[in-house]
Amino acid sequence: MAVDRSHLPDVGPDPSFAFPSIVHHTLANGLRVRAVEHHSVPIITLALQLDGGSGGDTPGREGLAALVADMVDEGTGSLNAIDVSDALARIGGDYDIDVGPDATTFSLTTLTRFAERGASLLAAMVTTPALRDADFERVKRLRLDRLRQLKDSPPALAERAFLRLMYGSHPYGHLPIGADETLRRLTPADVATLHRDRFGPAAATMVVAGAMAAADLIALVDRAFGQWSAASDGSPETPASALTSFPMPPRLALVARDAAAQSELRIGHLSARRDTPDYPALLVMNAVLGGQFVSRINLKLREEKGYTYGARTGFDWHKGLSPFALQASVHTVSTVDAIRDALAELEGIRGNRPPTPQELGLAKASLTRGYPRNFETAQQVARAVTQLALHDLPDTYFAEFVPKVHAVTADALVAAAHTYLDPSRLTTLIVGDYAAIRDTLPSLNLGEPELLPIDV
Amino acid sequence: MTGIALPYTKRTLANGLDVIVHEDHYLPLVAVNVWYHVGSKDEQPGRTGFAHLFEHLMFEGSEHHNKGYFPPLQQAGALLNGSTNTDRTNYWEVVPTSAIDLALWMESDRMGFLLPALTRDRFETQRDVVLNERRQNYENRPYGFALMAIMAALYPAEHPYNWMTIGSADDIRTMQLEDVQAFFRTYYHPANASLVLAGDVDASRAFDLAEHYFGEIPAGAKPRPVTAAASLDRERRLVLEDRVELARVYLAWHSPAMFAEHDAEMDLAADLLANGKTSRLYRSLVYERRIAVDVSGYQSSREIGGFFLLVATAAPGQALSDLAAQIDRTIEELIEDGPTAAEMERAEAQAEAHFLYRLQTVGGFGGKSDQLNAYNVLCGTPGYFAEDLARYQAATRETVRAAARHVLRFDARVALSVVPRGQQALALPGSETLAVS
Repeated sequence: MAVDRSHLPDVGPDPSFAFPSIVHHTLANGLRVRAVEHHSVPIITLALQLDGGSGGDTPGREGLAALVADMVDEGTGSLNAIDVSDALARIGGDYDIDVGPDATTFSLTTLTRFAERGASLLAAMVTTPALRDADFERVKRLRLDRLRQLKDSPPALAERAFLRLMYGSHPYGHLPIGADETLRRLTPADVATLHRDRFGPAAATMVVAGAMAAADLIALVDRAFGQWSAASDGSPETPASALTSFPMPPRLALVARDAAAQSELRIGHLSARRDTPDYPALLVMNAVLGGQFVSRINLKLREEKGYTYGARTGFDWHKGLSPFALQASVHTVSTVDAIRDALAELEGIRGNRPPTPQELGLAKASLTRGYPRNFETAQQVARAVTQLALHDLPDTYFAEFVPKVHAVTADALVAAAHTYLDPSRLTTLIVGDYAAIRDTLPSLNLGEPELLPIDV
Repeated sequence: MTGIALPYTKRTLANGLDVIVHEDHYLPLVAVNVWYHVGSKDEQPGRTGFAHLFEHLMFEGSEHHNKGYFPPLQQAGALLNGSTNTDRTNYWEVVPTSAIDLALWMESDRMGFLLPALTRDRFETQRDVVLNERRQNYENRPYGFALMAIMAALYPAEHPYNWMTIGSADDIRTMQLEDVQAFFRTYYHPANASLVLAGDVDASRAFDLAEHYFGEIPAGAKPRPVTAAASLDRERRLVLEDRVELARVYLAWHSPAMFAEHDAEMDLAADLLANGKTSRLYRSLVYERRIAVDVSGYQSSREIGGFFLLVATAAPGQALSDLAAQIDRTIEELIEDGPTAAEMERAEAQAEAHFLYRLQTVGGFGGKSDQLNAYNVLCGTPGYFAEDLARYQAATRETVRAAARHVLRFDARVALSVVPRGQQALALPGSETLAVS
């Protein structure tokens, strides 16, 4: 039978999908364990999430949390840094650290037949790192050099300046790597103190996902981490996540980069906390506006105008107040036109151009119908469950996600846009060729640009 | 180790389209993956960047769906993308099982009926998008021109690996819509394509669907394979100034083609020389001497010929000649004594793990569907997975040593210094100054 090309084939009803069930257990020392069976391939992921990330860095010590995390694979007991890496490689281990604003996660993926070795190695690394002075000096030196190299990268310059513009001197206002002057001041004693105070079972959650029975996953963690004890309960005194509001004047800011081929843009403001009840509405709003390929901003700036290789918007979710921002790298000559078009889209979604039924349907479908894709690997499952732990979300969260997104109406979306998106408070940041665009900036009516140093 | 396998069934339609099916019912997802055996190696000097620009046009609509390729698929919950390299162009969707017909309809429509939808407007906009892609990923990125300079030095001007897939900006600007049409007719047809369906679908139904949607597309003539030779008879030293804080040295050699003798050995050599803290160069340059801030390396396995690359970034104030001298000593040791037994044990464990990790996802770049197409297109059988792993298991201290001795010659390589502007003194002595844009 010939293909009927007069219309697209229908898509059938969504296939059913059972979300992974999460088994909870608390070890005698207080370590919370969440175990998830995942039987596709004989692989296991252990993800230890510690409360407090770069947002726990105290003023003047910006960069400490990330530096301590970096020291974890630099040696333990009789093993030096090279020995640790060798031990990881011999189990085909994939070790990763993620220092976020609210938590730091150490994860290790390995074959299930190496689960025992992997778990005890991870436990030794995290609970009894050597923290030797010589290693500290070397790692600090490398991080200072890395910081210096970030000056070469427009996206890194933009991230750094944008966080500073958003949060000022608040602990959320710096990249995890910190700043040159604060990093230089850090001492081995700072590292030892942070490890003593923050690394403890009561301030941690272990998520373990893999091709083993849940009881065996839990027993594995108990054998490796059951002896872990700590002097402190691990909580930072005043958590950064307490942040609920912040003054946000509208402004235009610029980091000059002579002869840059493109302008790296960030346009946004502080918006919502991850625990807002409007979270589903904001996800749908973002999908319509700039969260996917077919969203308004990418279609306008890339597919219609050709100003950029891609433009997107999104929330960088924190436990405290989080930024919403547009990001794009646009041809220098198109800088002002791209900003003007982007601002018009941010205005439009809360004003004269609410989402059409088609846009709303597309946004919801793209968020929900492919949802099972997020649970294909043990690493993905572990990451998803650490997010539940970080944001105190219930185990039913995954199952409720799809119906909650479907329940978002056009009115709810517009209301959320009104509450959380305010064009009169936007910061517009350009990392680009000031001389080339200087004369065109006044046409934006955003005022004189504030010129920022490269290492703001 | 047992249990590492990538089973499949393959049939070839009457029009020459290879269809490969792999069942995996773990999640209600199906991966659709199409490879066209065309890449930047099929371009001509003066027309570089063409294959990649063409890939963009494949997302702009086809005769019976004469608008964007993304919306109906995203509406169905799909993830989708495409990419172009020197040797091939791939396109993929990962869809819920319920949307398999939609994905196949869309892929077959752009394979069979692309040109009627291709307007000058769409062409010109995507040309601008690609110029911006080039600015973002090369021109405005630190060290962004390094590989372009290395390819141009490794290969003669008429060799198809002389240019990078992104192409030259001037060539992209002068492309014409008419060129696109000829290109489509030559390379985009069933006899030059390979389709994989992987995931939650029964093989017999998958073959029926492939026949239904793709069977009516006329066969084309299989394009002539591209061949070309390249060699170096000396060390070429080059220096490039860039907007960078730290100087970096790149050493590049011609190396075995994909799946050729010594290809796997050079992959292992890259790991033991330059990847991870256990690697010899990390230990000596970064950990012990502290003259570098990072090292890396890889064997780039490609169809016509490979290249092997070592890269090290100097710590502030360190001369690249000191880094290069230490790298050369390390290479000499490897050629002299080969890897240690401990290094081979570690490499073996890592190879097994990496092959197992590759079985975790059905779709996307590097997923099981993409691997089956890679084996089918580049070595003629989708069933090469086990032999591929066996190549790594068969490697010995002696074969790695022999491969390194054969490839890593000091008198036949490209040595590129990338230095901060105005600081050519940091480069290797005797380097020829380059300008790349």
